[in-house]
Amino acid sequence: MKVRAAYFGVFTALALIFSYVESLIPFHIGIPGAKLGLANLVIVIVLYKMNVKSAYLLSVTRVVLSGFIFGSMFGILYSLAGGLLSLTVMAVMRRTQGFSVIGVSIAGGVFHNIGQLIVAMIVVESYSASYYLPALLITGLITGLMIGITANEMLKRLVNLQMGMEGR
Amino acid sequence: MKNVMKKKDWILILIVLCVAACAYFSHQLLKDTGMGNVIVKVDGEITGTYSLNEDQEIMIHEGANILEIKNGRANMRKADCPDQLCVHQRAISANNENIICLPNKVIIEIKSKSDSQIDMVTN
Repeated sequence: MKVRAAYFGVFTALALIFSYVESLIPFHIGIPGAKLGLANLVIVIVLYKMNVKSAYLLSVTRVVLSGFIFGSMFGILYSLAGGLLSLTVMAVMRRTQGFSVIGVSIAGGVFHNIGQLIVAMIVVESYSASYYLPALLITGLITGLMIGITANEMLKRLVNLQMGMEGR
Repeated sequence: MKNVMKKKDWILILIVLCVAACAYFSHQLLKDTGMGNVIVKVDGEITGTYSLNEDQEIMIHEGANILEIKNGRANMRKADCPDQLCVHQRAISANNENIICLPNKVIIEIKSKSDSQIDMVTN
């Protein structure tokens, strides 16, 4: 239990640092809502090395903390929708046979963007935001692929890391 | 790389690409490049309609956002929000294109005058 709490703390810190690093990188490619999603790397690792419950807890903790530290209250709602939808899809896909960590991460990236787009459409009460759907799908695919490849390499090297809750 | 990714991963990538392509081409079909109107919405309510032909500057929210219409294109010049996403976005001119400033709940939308897109196709 103590080991789990310590690892959870480390992962939370790591996710926060990634959020911070991401806020430093200027990444404006003309598409609103397109992000690198570095923090998603930590979520994927936790999903595979710990369990779904920890991944949800980490996702919410990260969004709320980084929202208070680097962003605004408005940003919290926005990222929470993307983060939770993406995590739900990734958790279901992890249990489905036939997907590697790369496929799971791609789905996570794509659904993160879809979640944010849905919130955007609700907030501004307009469907015209769907104009960005193709661009957001492609950026989600590319960032998800990059995060997935990195996560795959990390998991290979973390094989011996015991967190007392492998598997489920 | 290849031995890591499984068959279902590739199928997933293909599906995402197909959906993106379908969404893109359906938007292209509906796109209308004729000179249109700029519709400014705040919190879902239309607060003003302006022509793309007239160069002008529009204050939204008492200057919280400044929209510039120049050479048939609409561009967000200023926004008082921290993220500045709408300011960084490129200028828009085609039908159904939009600029959205989420923090201020401002939408800038282009609507072409000829609302029926079918007329454009049969021409």
